[in-house]
Amino acid sequence: MLGAVVSLSALGLIFGGLLGYAAKVFAVETDNRAEAIKELLPGANCGACGFPGCNALAEAIAKGEADICACPVGGQGVAQKVAEIMGTSVDMETTAEIAPLKARLICRGGKEECGQIAEYDGLPDCRAANMYASGGRACSYACLGFGNCERICPFGAIHMDENRLPVIDLNKCTGCRKCVEACPKGILTLLPETVGIYVACNSNAPAREVTSACKVGCIACRICEKACPFDAIHVKDNLAVIDYEKCRQCGICVKKCPRNIIIDGRIKKAQAV
Amino acid sequence: MKKLTFQGGVHPVYHKEITQDLSITPLPIPKQVTMILHQNIGAPPEPLVAVGDHVKRGQKIADTKAFVSAPLHASISGKVIALENRLSPIGKEVPALIIESDGKDTPYEGLKPYPDLGDMDAAAIRKAMREGGLVGMGGAMFPSHVKVAVPEGKSIETVIINGSECEGYLTCDHRLMLEWTDDVIYGIRALLKAAGAQRAYIGVEANKPDAIEKLREKLALLDSGEEIEVKTLAIKYPQGAEKQLLKTLTGREVPSGGLPIDVGCLVQNVGTVATLARYLRTGMPLVERVVTVSGSAVKNPGNFLVRIGTSFSYLLEHCGIMGEPKKLISGGPLMGVAQITAEVPVLKGTSGILLFDASDVPAGNARPCVRCGKCVDVCPVYLLPLYLMDYTLKGMLNRAKEYHILDCIECGSCSYICPSRRPLVQTIRLGKADVLARQRKNNNG
Repeated sequence: MLGAVVSLSALGLIFGGLLGYAAKVFAVETDNRAEAIKELLPGANCGACGFPGCNALAEAIAKGEADICACPVGGQGVAQKVAEIMGTSVDMETTAEIAPLKARLICRGGKEECGQIAEYDGLPDCRAANMYASGGRACSYACLGFGNCERICPFGAIHMDENRLPVIDLNKCTGCRKCVEACPKGILTLLPETVGIYVACNSNAPAREVTSACKVGCIACRICEKACPFDAIHVKDNLAVIDYEKCRQCGICVKKCPRNIIIDGRIKKAQAV
Repeated sequence: MKKLTFQGGVHPVYHKEITQDLSITPLPIPKQVTMILHQNIGAPPEPLVAVGDHVKRGQKIADTKAFVSAPLHASISGKVIALENRLSPIGKEVPALIIESDGKDTPYEGLKPYPDLGDMDAAAIRKAMREGGLVGMGGAMFPSHVKVAVPEGKSIETVIINGSECEGYLTCDHRLMLEWTDDVIYGIRALLKAAGAQRAYIGVEANKPDAIEKLREKLALLDSGEEIEVKTLAIKYPQGAEKQLLKTLTGREVPSGGLPIDVGCLVQNVGTVATLARYLRTGMPLVERVVTVSGSAVKNPGNFLVRIGTSFSYLLEHCGIMGEPKKLISGGPLMGVAQITAEVPVLKGTSGILLFDASDVPAGNARPCVRCGKCVDVCPVYLLPLYLMDYTLKGMLNRAKEYHILDCIECGSCSYICPSRRPLVQTIRLGKADVLARQRKNNNG
C-alpha cells in the first residue's frame, strides 16, 4: 500500500518536472497582441476582411501584414482599440470611408406584388430556382424568395417575411457582404449607413413587361428625374438610378414616385446603435 | 444471347408503347419560327442576316469563326421580323431571330447534294459536317465536326452509334432507325470515313427488336467493306449515356475528366448520323428533326418531323391537350427540363415534348436520409450521391471535389431511386456549379 503511494508520487514528480522543463525549453513564442486583438474582433468569422476568420486576421494584424482597419464589421470603434494595442493611431479621415455599410434589398416584388408564371417545385434554393427560368417568377429580375441570404448571414440580420422577401435588420447588419455575394439575382447591395434613399427595383425590362409582371416595378416614367432639384436621379436602361455624388437626400423623389419604389430607409437616430 | 449492360442504373417504367408504333409525320409549317442563335455547346454564332431580310429554307443565318461551334440555318422561308431575347427551353433568355413564314417554304438556291462518299475525303466530310450545322441531337448539342477532329497523337478505332434511347416516353430515335434505316447506315459510313475508323457498333436497347432486325437486314446487304455491327443492349437507364454505352460495348472506361477520344472512341447519336446522311444526299442542312410528343395530358401523341424553331405550343395545339396539364418537360422525363411556358421553341437537341397531368406529377417533401445506400448502388459513375449532397449543402466544396463531384453525369438515377425523395441530383448539380466557380476563382487569382 505505502509502496504504491510512494512510487506513484515519485513518478508524478518526475513527469511533472520533465513537463515543466520541456515547457520552458520548447516554449512557442506567441504574440500577446494577437490574442488581445482577437478578443476585440467581432468573432463571427464572416470572412469579410479576406482572411479565413477573426483569428487569422488578428494574427495578420499583429504581424503587420494586415491593416489595423481591415475589419469592415468592427468599423471605426474596433480599429481604434486595435490601434491602441498596436501602439499606433487611426487616421479618422480614412476610417470614415470604411464606416458602416448596410445591406439593402433593391426589390419589393414579393409573392403579393409579383406573381408566378408557373409553379416551382424544385429545390428550395435561390440558385437552383435561378437556373430554370427564374423559378417561374413573372419578373426575371425579382427576388426568388428562398432565403439564401437569410441562411448565409452570420449575424442573424436577415429573415424572410410572409411575403417571401428578406427583411434586413439594419442594427444587426454589419455590411460583411456575404448576402450580396450569395444572391444570384444581385438584388442585395451595400450602401453607406448614411445613405438612406435608394431605388428598390432592379428591372431593366421595358415598362410594358414590368406592369404585366409586377405591381412595384420601375416603369421608367421619369417623374423622379423631373422632380429632382439636384439632377441626381436619371432613368438609364428602363430603371431609375441615383447619382449619390449629387443626391442630397431631400426625399422629393420618394414622395413623387407613382410606384412607391424609391425608398427612404434612413436609420432614425433613436434606432442607431 | 446475354444482353450487354453496365453497372448501376435504374428501371423506370418506359411508356414507350404510347408512340413507338406511330410513324414519323411531318408537322405543318408554322407561321413563325424562333431561331435561338446559340444552338450548340460551344461559342455562340453571330447573326448573318438583318431584321427585314428575306431568308429561304436552309440559308445560313448565323455563324462564327470559332472552331467549337456550329452555324444555324433558317428552317422556313420568310422574313426576319425581329432579333430579340427569347426564352429558350434551357431556361434562359437568349438572343433569337424570329422568322415569319411567307407560306412558300422555298429552299435556298445554293444548296447542292454532295458527291458520293467514295469521291469525298475525310477532310471534306468534316467540313460538310460543320457547314450542315450538325450538333449532337441526343440533347447535348455538341458540334459534331469537333468530335471527328482527332488531336495529334490520338486516333479513333471504334465509332459507337447511340441508338439506345434509354429515356422513357421518347421514341424518335426508334422510329428514325426503322424508317430512315438507309440514312442511318449512310451516315455511319460517312462518319467512319471522317474519323478514319473501320469499325462501328450500333447500340440499341432490347425493347426495339424491330429496329434491330431492320438494321441487321440492311447491313447484311452492305458491300462497301466497313465493319458495322448492331449490338443488343439491356433495357436500363442510363444505358445511352455516352460513357456508360462506351464501356458496355468496348469494355473501356473513359478516365475521370476525359473524353471518349482518350480511349480511341467516338460516340454519336443515331439521329445525328441520319441527319448527316440526309444533308450529304440532299444538301439541306439541319433545319428539322424528329420530336416525340407524349405524356398523360396529350390527346394525340406521336412522332413528328418538326422544323427547328417551332414553338412547343404549336406542337401541343396540333396534338391536342386533354385533362388538366400540370407539367411540361423538354426532353426525357429523367434528364429533361421542366418549362414555365409552352412559348419556347424546338432546338436541335429537343428530342421530346412531354405534357403530364397531376396524376403523373409526384407530390411530397424530402424526408431525412435513411442511409439505405440505394443511390450508391444505382450510380452509374460509382459516386456516393448522399455524401455529395451533404457536402454541397454544408459548403464543403473541397471534400465534394475530392469525392469526384465533377464526374457526375446528372442522370438522376439517385433522385429516382431515393425512398426519402431527396433531391440528390438537383443538389449535386448546384455543387458542381459551386466547385467549378471556385476553380475559376482560384485560377484567376
